[in-house]
Amino acid sequence: MSLSPAAVLGTPAVPATRRYKAARQLARRPAAMAALAVVLGFIVVAVAAPHLAPYDPNAIDYRALRKAPSAAHFLGTDEVGRDVLSRLLWGARASLLAGVVPVTIAVALSVPLGLLSGSVGGWVDGLIMRVNDAMLSIPFLIVAIALAAFLGPGLGNAMIAIGIAALPTFVRLVRGTVLAIKTEEYVEAAQALGCSGPRVAVRHILPNTLPPLFVQVSITVAAAIIAEASLSFLGLGQQPPAPSWGSMLNAAQRYLSQAPWMALYPGLMIFGIVMALNVLGDGLRDVLDPRHQ
Amino acid sequence: MALWLYVARRLAVLVPTLFFVSVLIFSLQQLLPGDAAVALAGEEHDPTVVAAIRARYHLDRPLPVQYGLWLGRVLVGDFGESLRNRIPVRELLASKLPVTVELALCSMLIALVIGIPTGILSATRKGTAVDVVANFFALSGLSVPHFWLGIMLILLFAVRLGWLPASGYVPPWEDLRQNLTTILLPSFVLGTGVAGVIMRHTRSAMLQTLGADYVRTARAKSVPERLVVLKHALRNALIPIITLGAIEFGRLLSGAVLTEQVFAIPGFGKLLVDGVFNRDYAVVQAVVLVSASLYVLLNLGADVLYFLANPRLRGST
Repeated sequence: MSLSPAAVLGTPAVPATRRYKAARQLARRPAAMAALAVVLGFIVVAVAAPHLAPYDPNAIDYRALRKAPSAAHFLGTDEVGRDVLSRLLWGARASLLAGVVPVTIAVALSVPLGLLSGSVGGWVDGLIMRVNDAMLSIPFLIVAIALAAFLGPGLGNAMIAIGIAALPTFVRLVRGTVLAIKTEEYVEAAQALGCSGPRVAVRHILPNTLPPLFVQVSITVAAAIIAEASLSFLGLGQQPPAPSWGSMLNAAQRYLSQAPWMALYPGLMIFGIVMALNVLGDGLRDVLDPRHQ
Repeated sequence: MALWLYVARRLAVLVPTLFFVSVLIFSLQQLLPGDAAVALAGEEHDPTVVAAIRARYHLDRPLPVQYGLWLGRVLVGDFGESLRNRIPVRELLASKLPVTVELALCSMLIALVIGIPTGILSATRKGTAVDVVANFFALSGLSVPHFWLGIMLILLFAVRLGWLPASGYVPPWEDLRQNLTTILLPSFVLGTGVAGVIMRHTRSAMLQTLGADYVRTARAKSVPERLVVLKHALRNALIPIITLGAIEFGRLLSGAVLTEQVFAIPGFGKLLVDGVFNRDYAVVQAVVLVSASLYVLLNLGADVLYFLANPRLRGST
């Protein structure tokens, strides 16, 4: 019998086997697999945009203003003759960044806060949770808009604003999971064996907060992509001429009757990737959350 | 537990939450780059003007004092005045809130009319094509960017077919018919997202109650299936849906920002966006504070409804 690397490192062996089981279960779900393929395709498009885009996304062509889709421009051109397809492909980068960066900020801040709140308890827990409840009571998009407004427009600030707006949901989730796990026998056993508080938190509690965290990450990436598109649509996110699906929709609104393709495709892209992430989130929840099994 | 005791306990948690909300909102203005007094002075950089503004808005006092003074004014409903048109922010809020409430009510109605029957159908035909299609539409409603759906509906119903106005708002007391035609598309846009949430919750609540012993007993007594579903199963499944509805209503009141922008509806969301663009920070702070307070109060309302509807909670101590 060989020991798994996780067992050798002292991490409880249960999560590793549960992880493989969950991956196998997920692989048996066609909808989740299709969604995963869409998400991977989106990442490839965003990374390889410079090689895939037929034109420079910012190249203005006054001879081709608002041209309908054709062989030269598969998805048409916009109000200053820029190729819509090229801008969509490059715009995937802003959306990918907006999906990844805010969620990374939220996870990086919430995991220590949630662990601290759930493990230590007392007034620390009380204070963190009251501030957290206050943040949760302001709707996600309103926090993002207000923060972006006060920080100033730009993709960087928009991502910080979305990250902070997403933070309280993660803090509550991590804390809740910690509270549930704290009374498990293996945690009590580790404490009885003399493990220090931080070691118990990081080695034994943290790995078990990961499954619900994965589910929340996939849902929040979807919400963050919509939030970035919303902020860019309002002019608070990606600044022109840099392409973003949200700012493309903003421009498209003024030319709805003359150039409907300008509005159709960026929205379909957002819809597609967000739908895929939500389907994936549903699939992950079904296989990772015992209540859904 | 008595209802008043339950409400008192919930209020005890609500007060510190709202206190921290106010601290967070007050702190927002500290994020502004540069000197607020200079910004308020606008083009004039006359030191005497800047000093007068500093004294008028107490910007020369320590931050905790500034917060205390600000909170004191806010608690009596004084949110200051809009920098743009010098109208008291309270008046702006009072004129915009009814528009957003109407939009939220219409959206909720559409969401309930679509969400509950689809959820019931989906649960009673679990695993069939009907269930798959209903789930697909529910997830689509949750995934579609509302402002884009709004633009697409304007394209179809206003630009192409010419059936409905593209944007604008007419108050119901001026012309009810016009009011309904202007509010229909935005309500549908907002309603579809909530319908998705309600459908999914109705489905899972119905699946639980349909599997319960009392439903099996009703079926064993040859109660017609329609009655079993609508009377025995749905009545109990409705409890979580009512509370969810109250929470979603709170979300609708503040979540209509982009939809109001797309349809040019002069509600709360548009007030926020206009405040952002005009750098009218008193307006932004007031909208965020009122939205958060409404949301918290509607959540409390949802909890009270749940408490009233759930005999087990009332029996507990």
